[in-house]
Amino acid sequence: MRNIPVSFITENIKQMCMDANYFLSDDMVHKLTEATETEVSVLGKQVLSQLQENLRIAKEDKIPICQDTGMAVIFLEIGQEVHFEQGNLEDAIQEGVRQGYKHGFLRKSIVQDPIIRENTKDNTPAVIYYDIKAGDKVKITLAPKGFGSENMSRIFMLKPADGIEGVKAAVITAVEDAGPNACPPMVVGVGIGGTFEKCALLAKKALIREVNVHSKIPYVREMERELLEKINELGIGPGGLGGKMTALAVNINVYPTHIAGLPVAVNICCHVNRHVSKIL
Amino acid sequence: MGKGEVDELKAGDYVYLSGTIYTARDAAHKRMYESLKKGEDLPFDIKDSMIYYMGPSPEREGQVIGSAGPTTASRMDKYTPCLLDLGLRGMIGKGKRTDSVKKAMIRNHCVYFAAVGGAGALLSKKIKKSTVIAYDDLGTEAIRKLEIENFPVIVVIDSKGGDLYESAIENYRSGQICIE
Repeated sequence: MRNIPVSFITENIKQMCMDANYFLSDDMVHKLTEATETEVSVLGKQVLSQLQENLRIAKEDKIPICQDTGMAVIFLEIGQEVHFEQGNLEDAIQEGVRQGYKHGFLRKSIVQDPIIRENTKDNTPAVIYYDIKAGDKVKITLAPKGFGSENMSRIFMLKPADGIEGVKAAVITAVEDAGPNACPPMVVGVGIGGTFEKCALLAKKALIREVNVHSKIPYVREMERELLEKINELGIGPGGLGGKMTALAVNINVYPTHIAGLPVAVNICCHVNRHVSKIL
Repeated sequence: MGKGEVDELKAGDYVYLSGTIYTARDAAHKRMYESLKKGEDLPFDIKDSMIYYMGPSPEREGQVIGSAGPTTASRMDKYTPCLLDLGLRGMIGKGKRTDSVKKAMIRNHCVYFAAVGGAGALLSKKIKKSTVIAYDDLGTEAIRKLEIENFPVIVVIDSKGGDLYESAIENYRSGQICIE
């Protein structure tokens, strides 16, 4: 049994909120640099160079890459040997978000009620997912999600007869409809299978996979490659102003499903695909 | 900006803006719309003005403003035609607009610019002054008066209804906008 005081979780979440919003992960930075070189449209290249310059300023001045510093989505993988002490875990996580967004000069974008819409003024609550794993470690992944792209995400409850072609068509439809609204070049997270909500979670988790890591399942890996190619033939381009680089990556996760179903979720993220992980 | 200046702009033009603009996003639009319905005045003179759809992150000491990039314009579409008919001349945001907004833009000689979404750190450097002038209680969604200098934007929809988001895809597919 390993005892972890919850204040340790608060401290880490606080720092991770700030890091995620000032610095983009290496895989994303690398992909954006590659995209700037690959882009063939004049305006597209100009947009991508602005984004490179933007990343440099954010890093140097510790100013958020994007003013939409998101709703904090947090994944906790907790080893079953771990015992949290000196407080409530969930409260400690929310406190970390509260402190991170306050001390980091991050935008407070959360409303308490979806209809009444009063700002909570500290960016809480975060959306939290817990997974229990073997061992005595805790892995925290924090992904602040902006809503320009979240709003363009979709769920399709396809029929088994729609098959792989139906899945591909659904993903292309979602990306085409998102167009300039989702701040391309985007990262496309896809979930296939499970139930309605599991499928959406698969898509969200696909977004936190590094953009240069592909699925281990051969047909899924092939679909990731093919869809990226097809999306980059659409012509939407950086900023939606026309060009090749509409998407930087397509990441797909699959899960067993029911004999009657083929759920497909497409979670779209802008080029500011923020995620940081830490193992405690 | 006046009608004459706006009419010279064409979808696809790359422009640097300098001068006074106002920020307003979802909650401020809703409030302005409700004020108008009640017959009250708007918090700023809308005639020939420009609205930037933007809610900044908080500024650190010594900074004019925090990260300050555009938000998706289409969420304001419900309220926009009415503001255009009252004299709003231009808008800065990102993403598509509805046909009713486009029609109101043509009718009133207006322009819609896009700033690069997700470049909030860079764009903050082009803002030289920022003052909250209304709806302070809305936090990031309050109305701010901004002084901007060489603020980079692209004309997406011009006063004749030309739409870069539509033409750019066509042009890319037909190979017209490539460097090679």
